[in-house]
Amino acid sequence: MNAFKREKKEEEDGGNPFQHLEKTSVLQEARTFNDTPVNPRKCAHILTKILYLLNQGEQLGTTEATEAFFAMTKLFQSRDVVLRRLVYLGIKELSSVAEDVIIVTSSLTKDMTGKEDMYRAAAIRALCTITDGAMLAAIERYMKQAIVDRSAGVSSAALVSTLHLTNVSGDVAKRWANEAQEALNSDNVMVQYHALGVLYQARKTDKHAVIKLVAKLMRSSPKSPYAACMLIRMACKLIDEVDVDATEFLEFIESCIRHKSEMVVYEAAHALVNLGKSGTREIASAISVLQLFCGSPKPTLRYAAVQALNKVAMSHPAAVTACNLDLENLITDSNRSIATLAITTLLKTGAESSVDRLMKQIATFVSEISDEFKVVVVQAIRSLCQKYPRKHSVLMNFLSAMLRDEGGLEYKAAIVDTIIAVMESNHEAKESGLAHLCEFIEDCEHTSLAVRILHLLGQEGPTSKNPSRYIRFIYNRVILECASVRAAAVTALAHFAAACPVLLPNILVLLSRCQLDSDDEVRDRATYYCTILQENNENSSILPLVQPPQLSLPSLERALRNYMNSPMQEDFDISQIPTAQTIEEPPPEVMTSVKPQTLRLSREESFMESLSKVPELSAIIRNEILFKSSPVFELTESETEYNVKCIKHCFSDYLILQFDCLNTLPDQLLEDVRVSVETQDIYDVVCEIPCKRLPYNEPGSTYTVLKFPEDIHSTVISLPTTLRFIALDCNPATGMPESEQGYQDEYMLEDLEITLRDQVRGVGSARNLDFQSAWESAASRNFITHEQIFALGATVNTLELAINSLVSFLGLDPVDRSDRVKSDANQHTLMLAGVFRGGKELLARAKLALTEQVTMQFTVRSADPDVAELIISSVG
Amino acid sequence: MSYFRSLIGSREMRILILGLDGAGKTTILYRLQVGEVVTTIPTIGFNVEQVTYKNLKFQVWDLGGQTSIRPYWRCYYSNTDAIIYVVDSADKDRIGISKDELLYMLREDELQNAILVVLANKQDMPGCLSVAEVHQALGLDALKNRTFQIFKTSAKRGEGLDQAMDWLSNALTAKK
Repeated sequence: MNAFKREKKEEEDGGNPFQHLEKTSVLQEARTFNDTPVNPRKCAHILTKILYLLNQGEQLGTTEATEAFFAMTKLFQSRDVVLRRLVYLGIKELSSVAEDVIIVTSSLTKDMTGKEDMYRAAAIRALCTITDGAMLAAIERYMKQAIVDRSAGVSSAALVSTLHLTNVSGDVAKRWANEAQEALNSDNVMVQYHALGVLYQARKTDKHAVIKLVAKLMRSSPKSPYAACMLIRMACKLIDEVDVDATEFLEFIESCIRHKSEMVVYEAAHALVNLGKSGTREIASAISVLQLFCGSPKPTLRYAAVQALNKVAMSHPAAVTACNLDLENLITDSNRSIATLAITTLLKTGAESSVDRLMKQIATFVSEISDEFKVVVVQAIRSLCQKYPRKHSVLMNFLSAMLRDEGGLEYKAAIVDTIIAVMESNHEAKESGLAHLCEFIEDCEHTSLAVRILHLLGQEGPTSKNPSRYIRFIYNRVILECASVRAAAVTALAHFAAACPVLLPNILVLLSRCQLDSDDEVRDRATYYCTILQENNENSSILPLVQPPQLSLPSLERALRNYMNSPMQEDFDISQIPTAQTIEEPPPEVMTSVKPQTLRLSREESFMESLSKVPELSAIIRNEILFKSSPVFELTESETEYNVKCIKHCFSDYLILQFDCLNTLPDQLLEDVRVSVETQDIYDVVCEIPCKRLPYNEPGSTYTVLKFPEDIHSTVISLPTTLRFIALDCNPATGMPESEQGYQDEYMLEDLEITLRDQVRGVGSARNLDFQSAWESAASRNFITHEQIFALGATVNTLELAINSLVSFLGLDPVDRSDRVKSDANQHTLMLAGVFRGGKELLARAKLALTEQVTMQFTVRSADPDVAELIISSVG
Repeated sequence: MSYFRSLIGSREMRILILGLDGAGKTTILYRLQVGEVVTTIPTIGFNVEQVTYKNLKFQVWDLGGQTSIRPYWRCYYSNTDAIIYVVDSADKDRIGISKDELLYMLREDELQNAILVVLANKQDMPGCLSVAEVHQALGLDALKNRTFQIFKTSAKRGEGLDQAMDWLSNALTAKK
């Protein structure tokens, strides 16, 4: 009666009866477990409290847990079913913390083999959590029996526990595979599914065994829909991974489209649209099934279908077009998630003409959906902008309207990203994009976004039609915002001043006001910019000071240290320092938020590190900076006895050739492996560093160091190479040589090409070069100009092709995105910038004209006449 | 009033069966509970069963006897009314260890009031020690201040267990 009253009172409170539990007091209560006789009702309540605490994330110490665990073992004397099942749960929860948990092994084995069906499955699950590798043998017999037990629950529990036990001992699944095979014939859908899981686990390392398993089951087709789904996934994995004939598996998956169970049908359709290898026919049949699901009364099916269609619309938009009518119907679906996916799918498949209508429809409910789906909408708009550049004004307006709405950082960042991406790919959108962003920062609560947009304004604003209109927006930030935004605004102002001399006097006034700012960083920046802007009147030299190039810090540090050790009579040459590599942003499909760009070691820096570890090399390159490392290229066919790949590391005077060798003969050990290069007396071989031992299948490297010839013109050359080594025959089983004396042998390799590209490094956007002013001022800096007109070959029939081949051949970087051609243009000017080894600056301009083939006026400017000449002659 | 108390208030007696591994503890437990010999495997941990003997209810804990499990015996000592200590009379080599474990256990505070029954088990085995020899080997002569008795048993054949349980029942009732 009392208890009843108490429960009623709790109910009236409406609260959680476990709300204010305290760990120590609950553990104190757990001592009740030691009382005889056991009071099952009371103990069940206390045990529930412990379980509640553990599931709320409360941590127990080892002693506490062990004490509670042993107290709990006393409860085995009670035959109360509820209490016993709570004990199983307690065992599972505490098994990872408490010590000596194996003490309940006998009791659990008894329960799992006993008559009480309420105990058996749960006891198996508990037993497997306390079993370690040493105890496994003791329970093996019982587990095997349980797997083939007539009771489905027991069998399933044993099968699933087998999977969990593979963490304890890798081969249990294999050892119990016979029993699992028997369980696979069970009539119960769950047992069949779990048995298939165990059989797969047992075979998964053996590709051919998996193929056999899947092939066999495909013929008999499992009755359990869960097993059928799993089989489909296994088949997909095989199709993707193995280079076997996929037809049989594909046919099976396609046949599943006619399965009785909706779940299997969906799994098959989903698999078909996502498989790389399915053809149009398979995709069409999958899409027709998904189309059917779009009209289902079940929201889950509709959601699943439209989500799959949304995804496949990226890769096969034409195939999805067939569903357009069904998708249109889903736009008004009461479930907003389904509606959003339907609209974004339509945006991907629809024609340009339907964009306006769809955008209007989205606008009606965009405020009703969650941020997560808003991001999906934004991404759809982004891909739409790429597809239909002419629609940018409609889409930009829509995006700016979305910017004005409420929303979290992730959502806003996605919009800003999209606007920036649209501006980058479409010059016509730049002005309106900047205007929208200006408006956005007027009322932007996210510091990170405001800083980003201010930076962008500083970059893009000065080259817009009317730079002065942005100044007010930027200066407002200095007055209104927090310190980090103010600092970014100051930098943006300085950009305008440096790039637009007209605005310089006015901005200097603004900057001088910023020198009174309360924040150190803002003041420092303002003072710095004021000083350099007032001192320096020549345009081209200010910009790098306003926006310092993002140099690779480790290389800069190394170069400065070397410089300090030198007499320091010459000026420090910063052009030698490679720029830092930043991680590329992920492609737009998966991109959801702004990831902080982290600096990492560039390719050159990591090579420099590994080269410095070779003692002979470190002596040569100690005071050098690695100028450029070439991509890896193969000097052998891939299926040959010896595999040699080469990387060319270019320094200002030396070329280090790194040969990565692999011996693919199991019965040979190679010693003293080297690659000799026939330099034809043009290059000097400084040294060869052989690889002492090259056993079978273990990669090894040998190096050859060449000195560049004085005459730059002869550096571009093709040199014959030979692999030389001493071969020892050895026992393939042990890898031990059979004789002590080897024999000298050699192996012809492909010719080694030393190209212009190896000696040139592009400096493009990363240095924010002002190409025009650098180009104009070249004459005043004693640059030599070489110019020639070329008619490009007949295979080069578009401007893009000409630009791509030129850029990749020269190794220079395009400046100001001049590698992008307007779609209908037949003339274009490509601007390129770079550095030749030794820090010789290079500028190039290619004026291209398209008639039937491409004609090019190519101009090179460089301080070194030989370099300019070399480039012109290489192009010819 | 006292009549009712003996009927309602009688609580289950708590008995521990202890002894070295392989002495026959689990066999004895199930012989007492179901009256027949069951196949057993080495007990990892414990078995606990309710045993009714002549209208008296016992709660019997059979604790595993392997060296690795013996340290855990003490976790189950509290509130124990009686200990049944089982000795393999045929295992002459380890009778010394058995003695040490017994004495070690009897020193525990929580067991000071527990009644002790020693079973010289496996009397069916040829060449096993007699009751007297087991009595001596375990040094039971020196045992003071303890209600105890030794019996010869064969759990396999079911011999001697009844006498032991009769004596234990009486001793437990008398103690009350």
